[in-house]
Amino acid sequence: MSEGPRFTLDGREIPLVPGQTVIEAADAAGIYIPRLCHKPGLEPFGSCRVCTVKANGRSVAACTYPASPGMIVESDTEEVNAHRKLLLEMLFVEGNHFCMSCEKSGNCELQALGYRFAISAPQLEFQFPVRDVDASHPDILIDHNRCILCARCVRASRDLDKKEVFGFVGRGPHKRIAVSSGTRLRDTDADVTDQAIDACPVGALLRKRVGFAVPVGRRLYDKVPIGGVPPAPEVPVSEEKRA
Amino acid sequence: MSKPRIATTSLCGCFGCHMSLLDIDERILTLAQLVEFDKSPINDHKDFTARCAVGLIEGGCANAENVHVLRRFREQCDILVSVGDCATMGGIPALRNMIPLEECLREAYVDGPSVFNPEGRIPDDPEIPLLLDKVYPAQEVVRIDYHIPGCPPSADTLWKTLTALLGGTSAELPYELIKYD
Repeated sequence: MSEGPRFTLDGREIPLVPGQTVIEAADAAGIYIPRLCHKPGLEPFGSCRVCTVKANGRSVAACTYPASPGMIVESDTEEVNAHRKLLLEMLFVEGNHFCMSCEKSGNCELQALGYRFAISAPQLEFQFPVRDVDASHPDILIDHNRCILCARCVRASRDLDKKEVFGFVGRGPHKRIAVSSGTRLRDTDADVTDQAIDACPVGALLRKRVGFAVPVGRRLYDKVPIGGVPPAPEVPVSEEKRA
Repeated sequence: MSKPRIATTSLCGCFGCHMSLLDIDERILTLAQLVEFDKSPINDHKDFTARCAVGLIEGGCANAENVHVLRRFREQCDILVSVGDCATMGGIPALRNMIPLEECLREAYVDGPSVFNPEGRIPDDPEIPLLLDKVYPAQEVVRIDYHIPGCPPSADTLWKTLTALLGGTSAELPYELIKYD
């Protein structure tokens, strides 16, 4: 083993490069920490908290927290995974996620995390919020029903496409993605080749006329879980019971 | 020892989950040996004849009759399983949840482009169950013991769950069988 600074992740010694975040060091070591708003190549944002780990006993977002020598990080534990599962259920019930009719199904990171965490049905009350679809652009559409406010499109458009097409407006439950023209996507300089579209983890930002191109069974997460090998070969059907 | 009884129903669903149950192919012969079907659209028994070991619920609750049937299933079944995305999450019928009920009814019976209804009357016969304001997943109405996602859940998913439950073990699904579509 090479010399140099290290920290402990779930009992394993992981090398770190000064300046790396916990998730970057884990990725470099080939250890998957579940995440949604984090995407390598985009500036860390720390909004979804799915990558929450315990660093020296404190809950922190692995995508923004710097790795430091000697720190003890817990990620794949019952407690941390229960926390992640609850966050995922909250994301499912606070939007309108109709997987059966969504073009992103099978390739969606939110859905894939639901599968990975064996969520058979969210146990929280479904909100069914009223949200719109902006299909004004000839080649791209925004479906706010599916948006999880991860800001990947905001960051990709700003930092990779150099366009700043997307931004946030509103606060709390009223927060939503808006476009630079203020009204319709077609009045912005968004283009079908923008990296912002590929950055969307869910089916909120889609290219038109290319949906359902890959058959069921051959999609990204049909057989292999997001982040690779599942934690166990068999996952239980939810046994949570309502009081 | 008598065979365990099983009941099934389709509330606000499309019967796709029941079709998927029939899709277990020749294993249905084994199922017939394992269980006795009680109230179910498969044998067209309209009401329970005895207490059941397992009840399978397809569909969410869209009207008063759905709620009535679901509550009856909860009373009559030891283990209640919601089957499919409509029962577990509302599914396609819940697409109406974002539109006020009055608007839905007007579009369906008065304003729709293919509607012929000179009196402009919305069906209101007392025989017709009243619609709920929204479509509710089963677990928001009664306690549900197991949830099987999928639209529909595959025959293998249903078979694996049913045989596990009838065998008295906890139903466990491998990764490939948990699907929301």
